[in-house]
Amino acid sequence: MHRDDSYDAGESLAAAFSAIPSLSSLSVGPDLVAVFRVGNLVWVFTGMESGALLEIVNVSRHFDAFVALDKVSLHIEAGEFFTLLGPSGCGKTTLLRLLAGFDQPDGGDILLDGKSMIAVHPEHRPLHTIFQNYALFPHMTVAQNIAFPLRMAGVAKEDIRTRVAEALEDVRLPDKGGQYPDALSGGQKQRIAIARALVNRPRLLLLDEPLSALDAKLREQMQIELIDLQKDIGITFVYVTHDQGEALALSHRIAVMDHGRIMQVDEPSRLYGYPGSRFVADFIGKCNLLDGRVSEQQGSRVTVELDGLGSVHVCGQEARFGAGSRCALTLRPEKIRISPVSAIPEASTTPGPLADPSPLRSLAEESRFTGYVHDMLYLGDVTVYNVTLANGVLLETLLANSASGRTNFFEIGDQVEVAWSCDAGHLVLD
Amino acid sequence: MLKTVQGKAWSKYLLSLPPMAYLLIFFAAPTLIMLFASFRYSGEYGGLAPWLVQDGGQWTLDLTLENWQRLFGTDIYLRLFVKSIGYAVSTTVICMVMAYPLALMIARSGRKSRDLLLLLVILPFWSNFLVRIYAWMIIFSPMGALTRILNGTLDFFGLGPVTLMYSPPAMIVCLVYVHLPFMVLPLYANLEKHDPYLLDAAQDLGAGRWRRFWLITWPLSLPGITAGSILVFIPVLGMFAIPDLLGGTDGIMIGNVIKQQFMESRDWPFGSVLSMVLTVAAVAVVLLGSRMSRQRAGRGG
Repeated sequence: MHRDDSYDAGESLAAAFSAIPSLSSLSVGPDLVAVFRVGNLVWVFTGMESGALLEIVNVSRHFDAFVALDKVSLHIEAGEFFTLLGPSGCGKTTLLRLLAGFDQPDGGDILLDGKSMIAVHPEHRPLHTIFQNYALFPHMTVAQNIAFPLRMAGVAKEDIRTRVAEALEDVRLPDKGGQYPDALSGGQKQRIAIARALVNRPRLLLLDEPLSALDAKLREQMQIELIDLQKDIGITFVYVTHDQGEALALSHRIAVMDHGRIMQVDEPSRLYGYPGSRFVADFIGKCNLLDGRVSEQQGSRVTVELDGLGSVHVCGQEARFGAGSRCALTLRPEKIRISPVSAIPEASTTPGPLADPSPLRSLAEESRFTGYVHDMLYLGDVTVYNVTLANGVLLETLLANSASGRTNFFEIGDQVEVAWSCDAGHLVLD
Repeated sequence: MLKTVQGKAWSKYLLSLPPMAYLLIFFAAPTLIMLFASFRYSGEYGGLAPWLVQDGGQWTLDLTLENWQRLFGTDIYLRLFVKSIGYAVSTTVICMVMAYPLALMIARSGRKSRDLLLLLVILPFWSNFLVRIYAWMIIFSPMGALTRILNGTLDFFGLGPVTLMYSPPAMIVCLVYVHLPFMVLPLYANLEKHDPYLLDAAQDLGAGRWRRFWLITWPLSLPGITAGSILVFIPVLGMFAIPDLLGGTDGIMIGNVIKQQFMESRDWPFGSVLSMVLTVAAVAVVLLGSRMSRQRAGRGG
């Protein structure tokens, strides 16, 4: 795993090395993977165990006029739980089929352990796929299903028996070996499919929406099992889903895809907190988007003129925003505080210790607006209040129902104040 | 609650009433009549002798086992049965070998061409069965193009002329031709339902083309093969028209002998005996086939 800021050390190292004239180029990655290029020769020095296991380089795939994948490039490291996330038709399943070898790209290359996989047939690629419907062989017992990849690899009979027993043990279904897949529940089928795909230790496991056929409770349980399993066996997972909640819960890193392109690749918390575009902000979790125009930027602090609302300050912005450019302020509902108008003291610009007892909140500068409760949605743990602001925009906020016996803090039509600290939002350019 | 369940069961019986009645009238009753006839004497001028005769004011049953004794008294009929089964098995196997690639090709082709190909398979049904056999007679006749080309070629290599007409091979060619769609259609129906992801999974797990076929497609298609084989084997076993028209003296099957007993020898009781044996053989094949496919189905196939 890496963070963007860790590149800095590598860059300075690269700068130091580039002074050596015999090296035409040098790049140092986050895990101290140094690549030296002299003419056509390339040396790769790996500082740590993990390196780029899978490299997807400018992969394109067209179906007639439809562009399913448009020059997609990704690096997936060994041991990573990597998720391809996007709405249906975004190209994530196409990419997975290219990785498995069921389809050929129109351009670009796929490298596994540095070797191109393009000319390698699916049956010879050191990776396995978990299919959406599990694709267990119905005419074979569970044990025969798990033995299948071992049989194909020509493993000796006695070894197959012990390894199948181990695999069944791993997925905690030791006594199901003699049964046929039809006799299993959805969750059990899922586990057998995983056992079958992992029994001969592939380099990579591809999972195509494997939990979509399960009900919500079982899905949550299987998510935890998948995380544990991946941690235990250390095999790299490439996981495809359209469910952003699932992606956030499972992944080390997520690539958000749309219309055949990678929109953003990041860790779940960064993807959620610092979306790079309107699309990502909207697709990952619930998000309010307030349109506006950048007035000025001082370091990481940006002043934005929100349409019809007025000026707000946004702190902690890493990117450079040109004055006058159109942008949107992304605000997560849970970061917005909603309170009755009467409860807010007049002197809101200079919060004193009495006016606002929370020391954390007093540190941060707040933006405040009044509005009316347009509608509300009681969800049990929280209640969602949609507040109409002065400019007519609906702002989604939520309030945890933590106080016992109280659920409805506001009624429809109530005047309320919404507030957020200056570091709650994140700006995206249009 | 209970009432609706009962009502449902009732309506289910009601729905199955017409076919049940049909089977009762046109299968069960004739079979029983035939079974009874096999124990009766034949009439003086064909037909059947009365089974209840008045003998000195006393009614007695006039039944006999001699028809069955005649069947088991010689091995002619046993040999005939074995030969007929041999022809039926050959026809079924040839049909299967020919139908499998065709059904697989249709099942895996695109939706549009699939409909067209299926139409082509059932197209021969549009012309009469006998007309099609007469067409084969023309093809196989000594003056026909096929025979003349074949004999011309054989002559070139110094080999004697052959006769295609009135021989078991000609008969089997025609039997296969007539029954091929009955093998293709159930096989197609089975293959078309196969989950394509199973083949992807097998390939993904390391199986090459042949192993994907032999380990996945073939075992999963066994119910289709069973159904097709029953549909081909049973009518071929009882067939008399094709052996009559194309088989010659060698190509006689049990159906011909049964027809002979009823039509020419006017020996209805013995014809009934042979028919009973044929019926038992056919039912046995169906039971065996359905048990086999049920076992497969029990395994989830």
